[in-house]
Parts: sequence; structure tokens; C-alpha cells
Amino acid sequence: MSRYSALGLLRGAFNGQKHWQPAWRDPEPRKSYDVIVIGGGGHGLATAYYLASVHGVRNVAVLEKGWIGGGNTGRNTTLVRSNYRQPQLHNLFEFGLKLWHGLSDELNYNVMFSPRGAMFLGHSDADMAKLAELGDAMRCDGIDADLLTRDQVEKVEPLLDFSRNARFPIEGAVIQWRAGTARHDAVAWGYARAADALGVDIIQKCEVTGFVRDGDAVIGVETTRGRILAARTGICVAGHSGHVAGLAGLRLPIESQTLQAVVTEGVKPMVQSVIMSNSLHCYISQSDKGGVVMGGDPDNWPSYARRGQPTVVEHAIAQAIGLMPALSRLRMLRTWSGVTDMSFDGAPIIGPTPIDNLFLNGGWCYGGFKATPASGWTYAHTLATGTPHALNAPFSLERFMTGATIDETGVGPMPNHR
Amino acid sequence: MYQIDCPHCGPRAQSEFTFDRPVEAIVPPDAAAADALQALYTRTNPMGVDDEVWRHTYGCRAWLVLTRDRVSHAIDAVRALGPEALS
Repeated sequence: MSRYSALGLLRGAFNGQKHWQPAWRDPEPRKSYDVIVIGGGGHGLATAYYLASVHGVRNVAVLEKGWIGGGNTGRNTTLVRSNYRQPQLHNLFEFGLKLWHGLSDELNYNVMFSPRGAMFLGHSDADMAKLAELGDAMRCDGIDADLLTRDQVEKVEPLLDFSRNARFPIEGAVIQWRAGTARHDAVAWGYARAADALGVDIIQKCEVTGFVRDGDAVIGVETTRGRILAARTGICVAGHSGHVAGLAGLRLPIESQTLQAVVTEGVKPMVQSVIMSNSLHCYISQSDKGGVVMGGDPDNWPSYARRGQPTVVEHAIAQAIGLMPALSRLRMLRTWSGVTDMSFDGAPIIGPTPIDNLFLNGGWCYGGFKATPASGWTYAHTLATGTPHALNAPFSLERFMTGATIDETGVGPMPNHR
Repeated sequence: MYQIDCPHCGPRAQSEFTFDRPVEAIVPPDAAAADALQALYTRTNPMGVDDEVWRHTYGCRAWLVLTRDRVSHAIDAVRALGPEALS
């Protein structure tokens, strides 16, 4: 792999930039590997990268049904943050946030991480008490969080509606300055290129159709490109975890639901940070191209269709306009949706399954992108050693049967009531 | 899926309806603890047709069972919730 650098770019300028090579190989699958990662999204590629770079396990294949960056990695709203209340969650996401801050350097690929700050708005005294508690919980674990007054929020986001007749009055916010956004495709491409350079085979257009069993244990997978054996197999297909795990006869605490997002035409900078409201279930940020990205709740019924109800998008936009009336003047460029694994406590699952040699990484609900480095790092540890790291040990599949759920929103087992 | 044919009200916009749970996640009152846990906390979650409990929340408020494809969103049948719908 040739290293990307300003000097290389300059040198290429003298021969019409004709020196560029594909960023990763397109190998034929081998008969067997040490580890197979099913799913070539950001999480799967990060897993393969950390398996090779941290654990020296380089005989690894990433099997992708479609193409790299074509699934949920290219469908999220690119937010990166670690402002969660539950210690298990904020410790995992904070570990990831630290990796995000050095990721472009580590991968030699510009993932355009932009720590512009992410705030939760408070609309009432009760909201502010809850946000203060959230900030305190984060600071207890060494994570940055600042409680902002209404005037301080106005300095950061002057276009929010601070008038007396505001639809959603703003009392203040809690902001995490080290949070922000990143370029989602670049994350997949950067991890793919770095993993490939360490010897990982990235095999696209290779759908897993079944598991090869030896007794109870999984010893490989059947794919559309033939049978591939592996000492350990890791499912990493959030959105379709239920389907792929179902091929091995597993039932998961997951329902697949549609999550939609919206982007407007590109305009000059008008949203400085990432604005979120838990009371409203809506979030607003502005991409580097200038489009204002908005999203809200999932469609709240099971679907694998990657298309949702217009009413759900309308609801999210109405709330965003209520917060920032100037948004109503923008034209909508497009809406899209992705299939998300809605787990029954709102937290992910990273760890072993009841089947020998088969591991699961899924259940990311609507918050998987921010965790890409942490998810890959902890899953790589789990796949390399066979046991979870302390960071992902709480996110076991058994927790739903033992009662040790990690219920950030506190609404119990029904994902559609979340 | 933009219309659901309510057996009581006729075809209505899907936004009048809310999803509750798959039929398999109904916990019988006399279920053993282990079976109740399985029903509450695991799903088949098929990439295909499943039976689901919905409610015409913003209409007649009746509970319904939909046989619905989760990929195409096609609805094969809508029945009022009752012993016949679950058999």
C-alpha cells in the first residue's frame, strides 16, 4: 500500500494523477481462515483492522453481501459522541471517541472527523435537572460535559428560536465539545484500506447463506461464492442480525426496524454544532457540503425494506423547524432509510453466542456509527481471545435472560415503546 | 404499506395504526418464567412474512392481527384479535 501524503499528491500532479491504485485488493476467497467476519460495514472492517493491527491475526476474511460502504455505514447521520448516562455505555463510547480523535492519522485516511460539539437541549426545569445529572454522570468517568444556560446556547446556535412564542422553549443544554461528526464513507474506506494492507481479504458480493456445523460448533460458512471454513466466525451485520443469526438457529433480542433521515440542499454554515433533543426525538447537524441533516425516531414497526413512512419524516422535520424556524426555507434534497437492529434494552450486543466459535456484534439500534472504532476494537479482542474485553463484557447476549439489561431510556423490553 | 384494511372500519391510512408486537411475543398468563422470558426477550424477526399484533389506535381502537411481509410490506390478511386469529 502506498502511503497517502501531500508529497505524493504533489508528485502525482506532474503525471496527471495517473499513479492512483485501488485502495484495496479484490481477492478470491481462500478455503479457510482463522477468523471470518460476516459484514463489510464500518464495524466489520474495523474489527478486521484491529484483529490484524492489535492482535496480529492477519488470516482474516471480511464477507460482504453487497459492496463496501453500501449498507448502514453509508446511511447513518454521521454523529460521533459519548454522552450517555449509563456507565457501561458512556465508557464504551468514550473509548471509541478517543480512537476517533486519532483515527485519520492511524488509518492514513482522512475520515474528516470534526469535533464541533454535540448538545442535548433542555426545554423545561425537569429537562435541565435530567441533563445536569447526565453531565455529572459523564464527568464522574472523566468525560467532558458542560451545562449551558439559555444565553450560552444562543451564543453557539443563534438561529434556534429563543423568542417568547417559541414552539419549544429552550432553557439550556448540556454540550460535549469533543463530539461531532465524521465522513461515514471515509470511515469504511479507511478501515478497508488499512485492513487490506495488513493482509485481510475483503470479499465483496459474497452473501452468507448458511453455517457449516461440526456437531454444535460452527466451523465455517456457506456463501454465494462457495464454502469457507474458519476457526472463529463473527456476525457483524447490524440491521440484519436477526436474519443471519437465524441461519444458525439463534433467536435474538432484536427487532429490525426502519430509521429514516433527511438532508436539505447545501447552504452556508447555519448549524454550528450537533443539536439534539431527547424530549422531542429530533437531531440537526450540517454536513461539510452544507446540507442540513435531520433525523428522528424509527418507524416503530418491523421492516427490512429500507423505506419508511413519509409521516415519520414529516414529524422529525416539523420538530426541527419548531426549534430552528429558518430551516423551513430550505428545500429537501432527499430522504433515505436504513434497517436498524432494535435491541430490547437499547444497548448493543458484543460477545459470544451459545454456539461454539460463533460470535455476535449487533443490536446497535440507531447509534452504531459513533461506536465504529470501539465496536471493532472490542469485537476484535473478543474474536482473537474468545472472551470479551472488560469494555464489552456488560453487552453480553445473556443479559436479557439474567436481568442485567442496560436500559438507558428505562422503558423495558419493547423496542417500539422506546 | 400505506393502507390497512381494518375489519371494522375498512381501508384506513397506516398512520392511524400502531404496531404492538409479533404474535409469538404474546405471553400466556400461565406461562412458566423461562417461557415468558423467551417470549418477551427473543424474536424470530424473519426477513419475510410474520403474524403481528397491531392496534387501530387512532380509529376504532380494536386490536388486530396482520399477516405482513417485512420486505415488500404487502399485507396478506387482517383479522380482529381473538382466539380464531391466533389459531
